[in-house]
Amino acid sequence: MGQFIGKAVKRREDARFLKGAGTYTDDIKLPQMAHTAFVRSPYAHAKVIDIRIKKAQEADGVIAVYTGNDGCGEYGVPCGWQVDFKNGDTMREPMHPLLVKNKVKHVGEAVAIVVANTLAQARDAAELVEVDYEEMEAVTCPKKAMDEGAPIVHDDWPDNASFDWCIGNDRTAVEEALANAHHVTEIKYRNQRVAPNAMEPRSYIADYNVNDDKWTLYTSTQNPHLIRLLLCAFVLGIPEHKVRVVSKDVGGGFGSKIYHYTEEALLTWISKEIGRPVKWTSDRSEAFLTDAQGRDHMVESKMGFDKDGNIVAHLTDEYCAMGAYLSTFAPAVPTYLHGTLFQGVYTTPLIHLNVVAPFTHTVAVDAYRGAGRPEATYLLERIISKAAKEMDMDPAALRLKNFIPPFDGVNEPGYQTQVALQYDSGNYHATLKRGLEMVGYEDFRKKQEDARKSGKLLGIGISTYIEGCGIAPSAVVGALGARAGLYEVGQVRVQPTGKVSVFTGSHSHGQGHETVFAQFVADKLGIPMDDVIIEHGDTDQVAFGMGTYGSRSLSVGGSAIIKSIEKILEKGAKIAAHKLEAAEKDLEYAEGKWTVKGTDKSISFGDVSLTAYVPHDYPEGLEPGLDFSSFYDPSNFTYPFGTHIAVVEVDAETGKVDLQRFIACDDVGNVMNPMIVDGQIHGGVAQGIGQALLEEVIFDNTGQMISGSYMDYALPRADDLPMIETDRTVTPCPHNPLGVKGAGEAGAIGSTPAVVNAVVDALAHLGVTDIQMPLTPQRVWRAMQQ
Amino acid sequence: MQISITVNGKAYSHDIEPRMSLVEYLREILNLTGTHIGCDTSGCGACTINIDGVAAKSCTLLAVQANGASITTIEGMAKGNELHPIQEAFKEHHGLQCGFCTPGMVMTAADILKNNPSPNEMEIRHGLEGNFCRCTGYHNIVKSIQHAAEKMNS
Amino acid sequence: MIPSKFDYIKVSSLNEAIELLDKHGYDAKILSGGHSLIPTMKLRLNSPELLIDISSVPELNSITLEGDEIVIGANCTHHAILSSEIVNAHINLLAQTAKCIGDIQVRNRGTIGGSLAHADPSADYPATVLACDATIVVQGKQGERSIVASEFFQGIFTTAIENDEIITSVRFPKVANGNYQKFYQSASRFAVVGVAVVKEENKVKVGITGVSDTPYRATAVENAYDGTATAASHAVDGIDVMSDHFADVNYRSHLAKVYVKKALEA
Repeated sequence: MGQFIGKAVKRREDARFLKGAGTYTDDIKLPQMAHTAFVRSPYAHAKVIDIRIKKAQEADGVIAVYTGNDGCGEYGVPCGWQVDFKNGDTMREPMHPLLVKNKVKHVGEAVAIVVANTLAQARDAAELVEVDYEEMEAVTCPKKAMDEGAPIVHDDWPDNASFDWCIGNDRTAVEEALANAHHVTEIKYRNQRVAPNAMEPRSYIADYNVNDDKWTLYTSTQNPHLIRLLLCAFVLGIPEHKVRVVSKDVGGGFGSKIYHYTEEALLTWISKEIGRPVKWTSDRSEAFLTDAQGRDHMVESKMGFDKDGNIVAHLTDEYCAMGAYLSTFAPAVPTYLHGTLFQGVYTTPLIHLNVVAPFTHTVAVDAYRGAGRPEATYLLERIISKAAKEMDMDPAALRLKNFIPPFDGVNEPGYQTQVALQYDSGNYHATLKRGLEMVGYEDFRKKQEDARKSGKLLGIGISTYIEGCGIAPSAVVGALGARAGLYEVGQVRVQPTGKVSVFTGSHSHGQGHETVFAQFVADKLGIPMDDVIIEHGDTDQVAFGMGTYGSRSLSVGGSAIIKSIEKILEKGAKIAAHKLEAAEKDLEYAEGKWTVKGTDKSISFGDVSLTAYVPHDYPEGLEPGLDFSSFYDPSNFTYPFGTHIAVVEVDAETGKVDLQRFIACDDVGNVMNPMIVDGQIHGGVAQGIGQALLEEVIFDNTGQMISGSYMDYALPRADDLPMIETDRTVTPCPHNPLGVKGAGEAGAIGSTPAVVNAVVDALAHLGVTDIQMPLTPQRVWRAMQQ
Repeated sequence: MQISITVNGKAYSHDIEPRMSLVEYLREILNLTGTHIGCDTSGCGACTINIDGVAAKSCTLLAVQANGASITTIEGMAKGNELHPIQEAFKEHHGLQCGFCTPGMVMTAADILKNNPSPNEMEIRHGLEGNFCRCTGYHNIVKSIQHAAEKMNS
Repeated sequence: MIPSKFDYIKVSSLNEAIELLDKHGYDAKILSGGHSLIPTMKLRLNSPELLIDISSVPELNSITLEGDEIVIGANCTHHAILSSEIVNAHINLLAQTAKCIGDIQVRNRGTIGGSLAHADPSADYPATVLACDATIVVQGKQGERSIVASEFFQGIFTTAIENDEIITSVRFPKVANGNYQKFYQSASRFAVVGVAVVKEENKVKVGITGVSDTPYRATAVENAYDGTATAASHAVDGIDVMSDHFADVNYRSHLAKVYVKKALEA
């Protein structure tokens, strides 16, 4: 540890955000910038018969109107992950056009774009575009999409399947074990579709400069380099070195801003066509209709136990919606980010998961905070609590009985799961015990019983999750279908005066990297934090990067920076040894200076830096300068874990759930800044609670989204939530230099089943065993009536 | 149509279309981009400003309706580099992450504390009913406002 | 989101507004707080050619006590109502109702006249206006007239106001004993069920919003009232109950009974 690591250092980025001085993409105005408005399909599934644009073209201020017939991005937007069928057939990957020519496949799909001098003119003219559609039947449920005779999304594939996939042990062996089990618990539900709802809507400005033949794309993305790569190499076929992607301040992402969207490619194309900068900012209705959404799994699962309550087998079948097209990481979500977590924190000896991934007439599904792991955790934590009830066991005791014993990954080896992964380190007992202590578990049952006597419905729900972050190494994920590496880049540039600029491929959109990264860089170099600046989000500044998602920034991006710091110190030592006329091995580095051991002879970091750039008196053969870049490819995922506990009271008359307490005891490995880790947990927990109680994307039977605004989609508000009580244990990650695991998604992964378990517990004496999420008052009330 | 508005103490006069919303006027004409548009239909509160002493959602006000009014936006809260106590409390208690909802939160918090200088936790939570935050789970926003209240009362 | 083009006139007198309304007919809309109207215009669900801003008409902005009546000017904001001394002293029920509307920012700008004219079937005021037997005063080309609450609400977004008429005030009787109970929809926070009860000696008056496409007086409850809350079981007698994904007919009917009971017991 040092002066800054582990401290609740206040955030640097707040200075601008608090004054309204952040620069989000929509805040940028360029000279001569044109504005756009899309014409989007009102139908989920329809033939486009005719598009008439003449009136729009002639409207005030209109620069151009484009349709799918204008040759924009002929290859469409690609998918970044390939999961082939179990029988070896190639994944079906539809062309995802920038503008639809023939057939629209979800509500909100763009058929035309109007470019005008002002936004108001663009919007007015868009109303003048006339489109004739021939509406067709649509299917939005992933299970129904696989029914014989279901409406077909892509004509080439009448069965609607994109791929199927399985993981774990041989299915027959799992089925046999279930047949012989003492007790089998079954569960069947829909892990409902939710909308990410970053508060900043997506926004793009493309600016083509004809004189330099260069493009600049300002975009609200979580990974600027990957966007540039996909845009240049796959969609538009333009030279990568002539495109600069800038993504500075981004107002939340939660996954939805990882992906390369059609709009950013289309704007880049249009900017060259019209020779002017061009902007599009999504409005909230468009965000509901076009931002990739999360979850949407139909699940049927069985877990078997022996007579002592030990889990003997777990078998699951799922239908996981892809939407109409494959979004950037979509195929990875219900497979490698989901099935690989089916071991949970338990010693289950036999596991099998089968996934069918259908196309549906809906906007795409992709990674949303947690991405596949919340869905895995929800299943495991619901089914084990359900089993405990059925077997009349305490849900905490049943978990403790089945937990993988503690292991640190150093003295004890990692834990090899039945579903491909090897966990790095874990102590699941510790977080559960602490969580139970925090909630006062021992007294709770008595309280619950007393409450019931007076007609109050109190319940408690436990969730003990594990998740996988910083997905890697590249060679492994490549073998699993990733079409990109999953390393990270960290460049440390020491300026001649000893001030340090760090360029990271990680991307901050709320995580506070500018502060946290500076904390450990300052500590490792023994210099003041003020001497360190973190740069991100600009492909012209940062060599390369894979961006931020999957809670990977510190464990992967941070490690890359550490590697560069090591190189800096190694070279610095050579320079210091030369200046101090000592052998390198006789030097030690601490508090920003190299000292000859046992003497008071020393040279400061700043003097060494200056020497590196003014190499007059300098080691022979050593290159000048002090600037290193590193690519860090982790050897494994990291595996944060923890215990979440919810206490609820259900209103007996209305079914409304009052979430009274929420306890989160998480283990995210070493902690750089506890204030920020707690903040990440709070936010994740709120999103998980949102899914449990409030949020749901609903389609009617024609494929219309009937929850497409804040009038109908319930986002958690301040008075829907309690204070989140947090604590943590620390089990360092054994395989990265900072010993960190990741905290961005843990809250969203652990919390949802805790809340649902609590509500089911509150109503258990009424015979309630399951309630479909979200647990709206109506659903809870209905469950109580049955 | 000609309008005259005072924003953060400065007088402005512009000829604008009646359909221009106040938030658009602030962002596009005055270049005060601290006021954000999150939903544009008075749902999310990111565009909250203060008009003639009360908090309002500037997406649901036409700029022409604000003719003659005095407006404070997030840019008018700090005095130079000296943050308003509410801003200070948000920094101190990590009441923001991505920063997008923050201006609206600060402006709403100011209205809450004006009408109720010592709110309890539930009063703060109810007061924030019109403001969405997707990052913080509101935990640290509520804490920030509690601390701001203490500071402003002392 | 940007509305279609329109003209805007800020009037300084009621007559000026009525003249304009008469001249432009259906192409014109009255603008006060704009919190119902502007979002629909931005979504282009509503595209009037003229907005007549009445927010500066002086006589519409006051809350006064006239004899036994509390007179609320149409331009009074929800915040002005909930914080009015007159309202709190003489018809606390109305303050309770105003407190349940929207959020701080909406209450600061939204007006009672606008809300009533918009006639959203899930708005809060209608329950209270009905339970109080309030009178909605409108003025038009033909002069002023008073519409009793029971005749004012005619259907979804439909009222008894003629096209050339503007709400000028709402007149409430003093209410010593009344309360408003609301079960809100979790996304919009409009009422799934909103119940206003006015208690007078041996009888009650019950107004219900959110349940049907038109807010109504629950006369079946009033007739069955026996001093206890058992009459609540009649909350939806003879009513065509609305259904949506937050509350189907069964659940909404159940909630109506629960909330009438709460209001009767309060």
